[in-house]
Amino acid sequence: MSPAPELAAHEAVTPVTHRPRKTRTWSTYPTWFFVPTIMLYVVFFALPTFSSFYFSLTRWSLFSSTFIGFGNYAQFFHNPQLYTAFTHTLIYAVITSGAKVVLGFLIALLLTSPIIGRGYLRAVVFFPVLLSTIGVGILFKSLLDPFHGIVNFLLGSVGLPQPGWFTDPNLALYSIAGVDIWKGVGIATLIFMAGIVAIPGEYFEAARIDGATSRQMLRHITVPLARGATVTVIILSLIGGLRSFDIIWATTGGGPGFTSDVLASVIYKQYQAGFYGLSTAGNVVLFLLVTAIMVPLSYVLNRNQVDL
Amino acid sequence: MFRSVASRRVSFAIRGIALMSLALTVNGGARSLAGVTANPVTISLLAGGNDPAALKFATDLAAAFTKANPEITVKVNTRPGGTDGDNLVKTRLATRTMDDVFFYNSGSLMQALNPDSQLVDLSGQPWAKLLTRDFKQAVSTSKGMYGAPSSSTFNGGIMYNKKVYAKLGLQVPTTWVQFISNSQKIKAAGIIPVLVSYGDTWTSQLFVLADFANVSRQVPNWSTMYTSNKAKYSNAPALAGFTHTAEVFNKQLMNKDYATLTFVNALKLLATGQAAQYPMITAIISNVVQANPAQVNDIGYFAMPTDSGTPRATVWAANGAYIPKSSTGDKLAAALKFVAFLNSPAGCGIQATSGTVAGPFAISTCKVPADAPALVADELKYQAAGQTGLALEFVSPIKGPNLEKILVQVGSGISTAQAGAALYDQDVTQQAQQLGLPGW
Repeated sequence: MSPAPELAAHEAVTPVTHRPRKTRTWSTYPTWFFVPTIMLYVVFFALPTFSSFYFSLTRWSLFSSTFIGFGNYAQFFHNPQLYTAFTHTLIYAVITSGAKVVLGFLIALLLTSPIIGRGYLRAVVFFPVLLSTIGVGILFKSLLDPFHGIVNFLLGSVGLPQPGWFTDPNLALYSIAGVDIWKGVGIATLIFMAGIVAIPGEYFEAARIDGATSRQMLRHITVPLARGATVTVIILSLIGGLRSFDIIWATTGGGPGFTSDVLASVIYKQYQAGFYGLSTAGNVVLFLLVTAIMVPLSYVLNRNQVDL
Repeated sequence: MFRSVASRRVSFAIRGIALMSLALTVNGGARSLAGVTANPVTISLLAGGNDPAALKFATDLAAAFTKANPEITVKVNTRPGGTDGDNLVKTRLATRTMDDVFFYNSGSLMQALNPDSQLVDLSGQPWAKLLTRDFKQAVSTSKGMYGAPSSSTFNGGIMYNKKVYAKLGLQVPTTWVQFISNSQKIKAAGIIPVLVSYGDTWTSQLFVLADFANVSRQVPNWSTMYTSNKAKYSNAPALAGFTHTAEVFNKQLMNKDYATLTFVNALKLLATGQAAQYPMITAIISNVVQANPAQVNDIGYFAMPTDSGTPRATVWAANGAYIPKSSTGDKLAAALKFVAFLNSPAGCGIQATSGTVAGPFAISTCKVPADAPALVADELKYQAAGQTGLALEFVSPIKGPNLEKILVQVGSGISTAQAGAALYDQDVTQQAQQLGLPGW
């Protein structure tokens, strides 16, 4: 069914005096109010984005650029660190995203149930989100220092092993993931709490009258009806995990060696080395990769969404 | 990431504009206040790092300069060392927000700054004719000469504690086998034999970089072959640096906290005799002068030992002071004055007291003072015997950016020497392709 003829017919019979009111409903303010925002967006986001597609095809020294076709892309895919970085990126994204979903949901359940000091606990859980990521990285770097850090001091004083959190090549990536989870779980909790609080109380009441246990209510009411929140958390945290860079750079710099390198840190190191065209090509690849993973995933996740 | 690099660039630009307008207003205000006296000018100076020695040198120099030229104020800024610092210097040059004078390496790192389009040509300055040929070469392109020396030349090799050596009755080693056997004796005495400080990743490179004079002794045209894609680190003689890095780890001759130790703290261990040997560039002796002045002369130097037993000392050209093209007018005049002051007798005095005297100077106006650190005498012995060679970064434009990380892997047992060298060859290929060199 096409809406156009219907609209035309409708307009034909509508009295002229009503027309201005109708148009005003979707444009309360003059269109040129958007101009400053659009200009900012174009100048600071759209232009750099599109020019970066061009610069990814050049050998670019910031001072001058030479067009070299797809040479940078060929070189990027020949990078010896690319494949380990790619696996690290996936491992890191899946671990942090998975943990944020599970922990976020459990903490949200706790914080939406009637417990003592709920407001305080909510603030405590959200607090790490407010800190600067670099600050958190530097803080944990000293807390988790293998020789002078307080964590290993405490572990040592009760006779537990003192691992080199950020310096053991087998552990570094997972330690950073842990810090990332600590910092990011507050946002996940917040989204889950909003989702859980939005579930109408009648469902729980009805279930209770029918004799459902709290476990059954969790499984058949809370989990399915908080699906919207779950999808949001998965998508946000997975994108964040795939692109994550700042916390890794602040704690290990991708090291020791290349053992905690992810795609973003490989790209940043190319940028540092002055390979601006190459690192821009890397960014385009990262952008395409995130899109290629996230678009189908969000389509699948959103397909069976339950409307409340 | 995509977005964050773009926004970082934008924020640099905004900050630059804000700083520029701020500088303009400050300058304008001062000018109107000063009235008839000479125009007061404020220039900024970017120190060669953010370690205590780099900062002290810059601030002392700035203070002495302002004392001699009261109308010029010098504001000192710092930057990180290593690749973070390289990145910052390049970005600030490209965004025209560089300080009016900055200290930076000479040689291939300086060449990567695109000096012809970014830096002020200093070849016409009166002091330029007093420079050594090596230094001129290290700061010049075919179109101009861009740097003034901001330090003495220095060597790479092993810094060692002479008291520990004397106490254990050890001889300065010339062969690698002697070096290892010395290290084992030191370990048996309960002293750290070899300091490794991967808390500053750039320090991982010394077994390789300081071995270069030994490579060029065996194959004199190695650097030319390397630049034209014919010589590789995976093969002897250049591979030795990688195997040495691995051997120190495999034989457990290093400190336990190698993954986090910083070079400033490593030097304290060396100065106080808790550690005996440190593969390093001697330029950082200035940190010992500040932190452990009483022990400076306990530290000596020897060239990187070789399999053949005839080691040569690898020499680094002096670091430079440069002026960006973004510095103009009064500021440019003041910056030129500052650079000239750096190598005047007064400037040489500051270099001697709070700068780096770690070898002979690159300009005839500055002389090694009699009270220079003891390791300078050790270095001069190699000079006198003609047993020196320039470091690779002064004879080839190619230095792979990942060498320090690759050597951290080799030196922490994450990969083997052979695998690390092969990886570095790939890294070198990438650098050469990005430089657009022929033959790659």
